[in-house]
Amino acid sequence: MGNRKKACVEILANEEVIRYNNYVCYYVEKDIFSEQRQSGQACYEIERSYEMKQLMLGNQALARGLFEAGCSVVSSYPGTPSTEVTEEAAKYDEIYCEWAPNEKVAMEVAFGAALAGKRSFCGMKHVGLNVAADPLFTCAYTGVNAGMVICVADDPGMHSSQNEQDSRHYAIAAKVPMLEPADSMEAKEFAKLAYELSEEYDTPVIIKMCTRVAHSQSVVETGERITPPEKPYEKNIAKYVMMPGNAIRRHPFVEERTRKLIEYADNCPFNRVEMGDTKLGIITSSTSYQYAKEVFGDKASILKLGMVNPLPEKLMLDFASKVEKLVIIEELDPVIENHCKTLGMTVTGKDVLPIEGEFSQNLIAEKLGMECPESKALSETLPGRPPVMCAGCPHRGLFYTLQKNKCTVLGDIGCYTLGAVAPLNAMEMTLCMGASISSIHGFNKANEGASCGKTVAVIGDSTFMHSGMTGLANIAYNQSNSTVIILDNSITGMTGHQQNPTTGYNIKGDPAGKIDLEALCRAMGFTRVTVIDPYDLDACDRVIKEELSVDEPSVIISRRPCALLKYVKHEKPLTCDASKCVGCKSCMKLGCPAISMKDGKASVDTTLCVGCGVCKQLCKFDALQSQ
Amino acid sequence: MTKNIMIVGVGGQGSLLASKLLGHLLLTEGYDVKVSEVHGMSQRGGSVVTYVRFGEKVYSPIIDKGEADFIVSFEKLEAARYLAYLKKDGKIVVNTQEIDPMPVITGAMEYPKDLVSKMEALGAQVDALDCLSLAEEAGSAKAVNIVLMGRLSKYFDIPVEKWQAAIEACVPAKFAELNHKAFLLGRQ
Repeated sequence: MGNRKKACVEILANEEVIRYNNYVCYYVEKDIFSEQRQSGQACYEIERSYEMKQLMLGNQALARGLFEAGCSVVSSYPGTPSTEVTEEAAKYDEIYCEWAPNEKVAMEVAFGAALAGKRSFCGMKHVGLNVAADPLFTCAYTGVNAGMVICVADDPGMHSSQNEQDSRHYAIAAKVPMLEPADSMEAKEFAKLAYELSEEYDTPVIIKMCTRVAHSQSVVETGERITPPEKPYEKNIAKYVMMPGNAIRRHPFVEERTRKLIEYADNCPFNRVEMGDTKLGIITSSTSYQYAKEVFGDKASILKLGMVNPLPEKLMLDFASKVEKLVIIEELDPVIENHCKTLGMTVTGKDVLPIEGEFSQNLIAEKLGMECPESKALSETLPGRPPVMCAGCPHRGLFYTLQKNKCTVLGDIGCYTLGAVAPLNAMEMTLCMGASISSIHGFNKANEGASCGKTVAVIGDSTFMHSGMTGLANIAYNQSNSTVIILDNSITGMTGHQQNPTTGYNIKGDPAGKIDLEALCRAMGFTRVTVIDPYDLDACDRVIKEELSVDEPSVIISRRPCALLKYVKHEKPLTCDASKCVGCKSCMKLGCPAISMKDGKASVDTTLCVGCGVCKQLCKFDALQSQ
Repeated sequence: MTKNIMIVGVGGQGSLLASKLLGHLLLTEGYDVKVSEVHGMSQRGGSVVTYVRFGEKVYSPIIDKGEADFIVSFEKLEAARYLAYLKKDGKIVVNTQEIDPMPVITGAMEYPKDLVSKMEALGAQVDALDCLSLAEEAGSAKAVNIVLMGRLSKYFDIPVEKWQAAIEACVPAKFAELNHKAFLLGRQ
């Protein structure tokens, strides 16, 4: 158990249970437990390691798998639903962990570490793999020396994403193996096996998660950390320098590796057949397997795939021959289904099941002619509860000012994307990480400057570090009169507060390098770089008007830490003096969840208000007051 | 037979602690357990849902319409929103607190009236209580989640001591007393 060898445990009322890091753990070696218990201490030094059962998030279990597999280097960029893998890995002292500026950098760091002979890992969400696709496709050619595992977390149903792409296409296109766990225990075990596979076949291995596997807790039994085989770096120009003459010789290696992996897939520990009634056969994977089991139990036979690239052709054909009817249950695109069809199999799949959205047990039951439980809903339309910018969010004052000035706002990915919702409605475009800056340049060039005076790009500090800098370089180089606003809230907010290169702290919260945004922009050639406080509406208004009117590109840095950061001190909540409030609703234009209208007057929810005072600046009647 | 508890509320109300406590408790009771939640966008004051499922062997991590034995709701409107997930004969344990969502704040819609009786009219068994007042009585408005757990515990054949041990395991020691009080206030 590595650093847990000397874990301090506290005994609860239940004798079989110990407490570690707030997780319930079962003792397997009870004799040791008794020994410890008899010593009569409140706290015990555990000298030996234990097999423990605990509830773990899929992501946390995957991190545990990295630890147990002897992974040494982790570099990732946060992205829901993948973030916790790296956050949890960072809790193990044996693993060097970092947040990289973006997924491409992260994957190249992981590649470098594997090249140097240490097991490495990088994690990202599905759209992050688009960013990291470049190194992926070519390290599939070079191979990896020590094991290299990549986690990509898809988001069917788009709980927190801008699209619903299916990452399996990447594994097929890059010709690398992809594993797909269906619960937390598999996430941990697959991570360990992925390293063995990676080293045996000299290939990066992708583990594909999805929201329901990543963010569900299920029971995991933990094991010990192993010491992986030594893989010292050896100079090998023909293998690692991918210029045409060398790459041409590596491509046949990749094709041969895929042929071997197809054979391996037929007999690998990741795929299993669960025979039940043979009238219906189901080929499935990931969380779809769980839904299928829930609906059919043993009323169907199931081929559960844990390795989704390459697919086990003989195994699938053999399974098909044993069942009367074959259904493919897979979320998003018909990847398994199409492969079955190329093998000449007759299958049901996307003809009845949707490509869009995530599955559930009822959806599968309904589409495949099984019974669904009855349910009743209220007939009236209930008001929705969409996510909103938090009370005291520093983005609010800035978006209010942009809306007031009728600016065309090209946006980016982060909490501030919520600037697009009512009542602010102050964002008109969001595409992908960094696109705000690159596209404002194109927007202004296309309009031959006509849009320069009223168009801005807004991008967060972390997103700017991820992909904004290159777009800004383009503005500096190809000279458009564009106004870029960096929303510096001193953290990566949307994914739950991760540090980034501008915050001055690393993943463990220790002091680290800190990029000076003003100096960076000036070094690129911007002479107009202004810092504003988004809580100061007058200053925001003045600076935005000024920068939009000048005839040169400029950068505005709107700087104020996220109101949810622990170190941020809040002011006392504001109150509304009902005798002064005339019910003009000026304050309501901010869309602050702490303010609502009660009996025609503004009312402040003092449990939510953090006293930012932005609403007070809009009240002409002095009704909103600081305490 | 798998039992399903759905925990619903508004982002920031503390539903994650409630699901952690339940997961903890049910695992120590020897059940297979799955707890599923969605992180990200929904945490920004949006509607949040957590699924807790337990039994001999649990497959799906989510609860679907018509499946919940219990809906534990931190807020009245949210209980109504997820009513379709309640099983026939299922129970709703609801905090009567009203938190206005953005369409109500902006005046585009009104907060629906008589939600408890409307849910009862559809056959739901609703156990409604003012958890916020009870939590404040216990010493902190943040203990709403534990008050609700106290209420829920009435419907389970698990000794109070086990619930309390689970609370101790899930909250910092300095808040243990406050939470025990909140638990008992909810249970009474």
